[in-house]
Amino acid sequence: MSTVTTADHHDEHHDHKPTGIKRWLFTTNHKDIGSLYLIFALAMFFLGGAMAMVIRLELFQPGLQFVDPQFFNQMTTMHGLIMVFGAVMPAFTGLANWMIPMMIGAPDMALPRMNNWSFWILPFAFLILIISMFLPGGGPDFGWTFYAPLSTTYSNDSTALFVFAVHIMGISSIMGAINVIVTIVNMRAPGMTWMKLPLFVWTWLITAFLLIMVMPVLAGVVTMVLTDKYFATSFFDAAGGGDPVLFQHIFWFFGHPEVYIMILPAFGIVSAIVPTFARKKLFGYASMVYATASIAILSFLVWAHHMFTTGMPVFATLFFMYTTMLIAVPTGVKVFNWVATMWRGAMTFEVPMMFALAFIVLFTIGGLSGVMLAITPADFQYHDTYFVVAHFHYVLVSGAVFSIVAAVYYWLPKWTGHMYDEKLGQLHFWCSLISVNLLFFPMHFVGLAGMPRRIPDYALQFADFNAFVSVGGFLFGLSQLIFLWVVIKCARGGVKAPAKPWDGAEGLEWEVPSPAPYHTFDTPPQVK
Amino acid sequence: MLPWIRVYYVLRFDSLLLQNVRGEVNVAKTRSWRWSLPALLLAGQAHATGIQFNMTPGVTDISQQVYDLHMTIFWICCAIGLVVFTAMFVSIILHRKSRGVTPATFHESTKVEIIWTAIPVLILIVMAIPATRVLIAMEDTSDSDVTVLITGSQWRWHYEYLDYDINYFSILATPRGQIEGRLPKGDNYLLEVDRPLVIPTGKKVRFLMTSDDVIHSWWVPAFAIKKDTNPGFINEAWTQVNEPGIYRGQCAELCGMDHGFMPIVVIAKEPDDFAKWVEQEEARIAAIREEEQRLLALRMNIEEQMELGERVYLAHCAACHQPNGTGLPPMFPALKDNYVTTQDRAEHIKVMVDGRPGTSMASFARQLSLRELTSVITYTRNAWGNDTGDVVQAVEVYEYMQGKGE
Repeated sequence: MSTVTTADHHDEHHDHKPTGIKRWLFTTNHKDIGSLYLIFALAMFFLGGAMAMVIRLELFQPGLQFVDPQFFNQMTTMHGLIMVFGAVMPAFTGLANWMIPMMIGAPDMALPRMNNWSFWILPFAFLILIISMFLPGGGPDFGWTFYAPLSTTYSNDSTALFVFAVHIMGISSIMGAINVIVTIVNMRAPGMTWMKLPLFVWTWLITAFLLIMVMPVLAGVVTMVLTDKYFATSFFDAAGGGDPVLFQHIFWFFGHPEVYIMILPAFGIVSAIVPTFARKKLFGYASMVYATASIAILSFLVWAHHMFTTGMPVFATLFFMYTTMLIAVPTGVKVFNWVATMWRGAMTFEVPMMFALAFIVLFTIGGLSGVMLAITPADFQYHDTYFVVAHFHYVLVSGAVFSIVAAVYYWLPKWTGHMYDEKLGQLHFWCSLISVNLLFFPMHFVGLAGMPRRIPDYALQFADFNAFVSVGGFLFGLSQLIFLWVVIKCARGGVKAPAKPWDGAEGLEWEVPSPAPYHTFDTPPQVK
Repeated sequence: MLPWIRVYYVLRFDSLLLQNVRGEVNVAKTRSWRWSLPALLLAGQAHATGIQFNMTPGVTDISQQVYDLHMTIFWICCAIGLVVFTAMFVSIILHRKSRGVTPATFHESTKVEIIWTAIPVLILIVMAIPATRVLIAMEDTSDSDVTVLITGSQWRWHYEYLDYDINYFSILATPRGQIEGRLPKGDNYLLEVDRPLVIPTGKKVRFLMTSDDVIHSWWVPAFAIKKDTNPGFINEAWTQVNEPGIYRGQCAELCGMDHGFMPIVVIAKEPDDFAKWVEQEEARIAAIREEEQRLLALRMNIEEQMELGERVYLAHCAACHQPNGTGLPPMFPALKDNYVTTQDRAEHIKVMVDGRPGTSMASFARQLSLRELTSVITYTRNAWGNDTGDVVQAVEVYEYMQGKGE
């Protein structure tokens, strides 16, 4: 009886969906929600990028030309917040929504209504954040790290909106993470055992656990900022028995795992793309899984390496120096495994592979500067200079963002049913590769030479480098317009994509037609 | 490289160090180490520049050790990068489908995995040993000869010598006109202050650091010191400078609007010269105090006050309240047509002396002399059409300051 009803119900909904805006507002379909996340992330990427352009414009020459210092600080703050919470994290969540059910042979995410909710609160969070810039006194201007007491006693009233927006982002992330975990644990197709999971699924599973553990910490610290500012608590105020350094401990206890939240899924993507285009199985699958888990565990033991100059006791400093250095080991294992995967393969160099290769090289450069930053005595000279800015943009832009772009090129045929324009894609790659290095490489030099970060104006010996960096920045910004063009063009039409457009690809997502039907794997596939 | 930028400045790092600050002639040698690479990049105009590409080795034993550590790790990282990227690019060149290769099928090897886990561990241990040694040396502040209490505030530094009767503020000396592009930029643009910190060479100088408001960070690259100044807490650092000279740094922790405009200048003098400086400085500060006592009996006229007041205002107030008094509301209120600056004279004096707790408005009681304090109050009560005609006298401000204790 009940079986019949279910079947009827099911038939009715198969490939039928509301049209127009209602489809998107009320959707519980993982593919629709994945697309929403990705489009939102792209929009935020351009908004955050526009803010970076304002920063680079002001820094193009010494002196104050275009914006005042307060607005400059708002730009650096909003650029950071938007890129971290609005671009990179939602992009990875979008990829997870699209790909995880298809990769594990599940019909959808486990909690589809919550999935809808976790996306749709996000635009409102950013709306609130952006509106705060138009309040009298301007938006948040204390850096995306919002150190107390700059963000408490000395901030303006947009702080309340900032706190509220961060809360909503946190709720969205937590719900997304719960969905990923429940889906992976419960909805794998028969025969899809743990050690057969694609690495993208593994890395996302671990990322989701990190999210669930640290997002509440972020929520806690923003709430403490709120009560310190408005409700006369003194968590971070020495006059009331608090400690401003406590803020940094709590923030970075969230902040460091957050860094890995933004890079672990990237490892998964690269581990999918490199074997495909090298036509050779991923080298050291098991060690990749263990390395990911070790990085995640270590990420909870290194937070104070962001705080070496706060005057911690020397033994605490040593502890955090050693644990930080240790992270290089599992990260190194990953890089070596990728190179070993390529070794004696039969490689071709389509756009996803190009971005994945660039990821490996540039992420490694960012990783090596990370090892340098771990060395505390040297960190006293690097800390809060452009050397740090160079380091984290190498791992976040030419790392995380490049991996997302690689993933988009890799799976666009599956999503749209069309091949992207290979020539334009290659143009996008080469423009991005050259400009990203013009943009971020000289920052190492200008940082070593002594230029602090987050300053709107600088001494004259930094002028040449800054002009150079700004030109690189403008070129990188323009290059991304090519990406927008390629994606729109591919969505609108093009050469029909086969179910498996890449001959070396493996995985369940390539067994369904392109474009992927609205509902896939209603009947679970049998995994050998 | 981009010669059209060049009109804005002359890039001479050496001349920067030889600069004469506050009329004191200091000839310093620089050990600033540079690569010859910029010369190659700047073919044709190599003579003009000394762009710094690398960390400064500095002028203390510690900073030299930090520099050596930095270079050691740098070369190790380069070597690792070279090995990894060579393997990768060899593979990219040789193992490509277009050469007609068939892919191998190997995909795991426990032996290899163990090797490339163990080797990085060993390399890291090699790095950690010297790093630990240098760090422990840096943290040992015992047996110091001179102690200076450094207090950061938005956006100036205060130096107090605990062994002498000397304390003063140190603020940016670069004129607004240079920042806004109305005047040509000087050699030490944004790296010059009105009163530098002066320390003796060859002596262990201990710094105690704290803050009056938000977190700042006191950074002088030549000493390899960067330490946060946390409000309500005291951090320690030390240095022993080997060579006399002028050393420049900046605040390194985002501390609000003018974070980019609170430089640090330290002059290291031979101990004899330092002793002379201490004598002069103590005499100067004593003279100011005497002058203030005399001032209490005097009446300053409005012209005199407006002139001094304007100078003080532009140096200390204009960054927030703007040169034309319109402020940047709501964080930094306008002083033009403001109730306090046009009506409530007592409140005006109170705010200047005590500051406004919980806002960026600091207490100026210590930052300005009585004469300056009085003049700037008179100035703001009469500038930009405020025209109250009030002439505040030193004795009025002094009485408020004394009365607070009761």
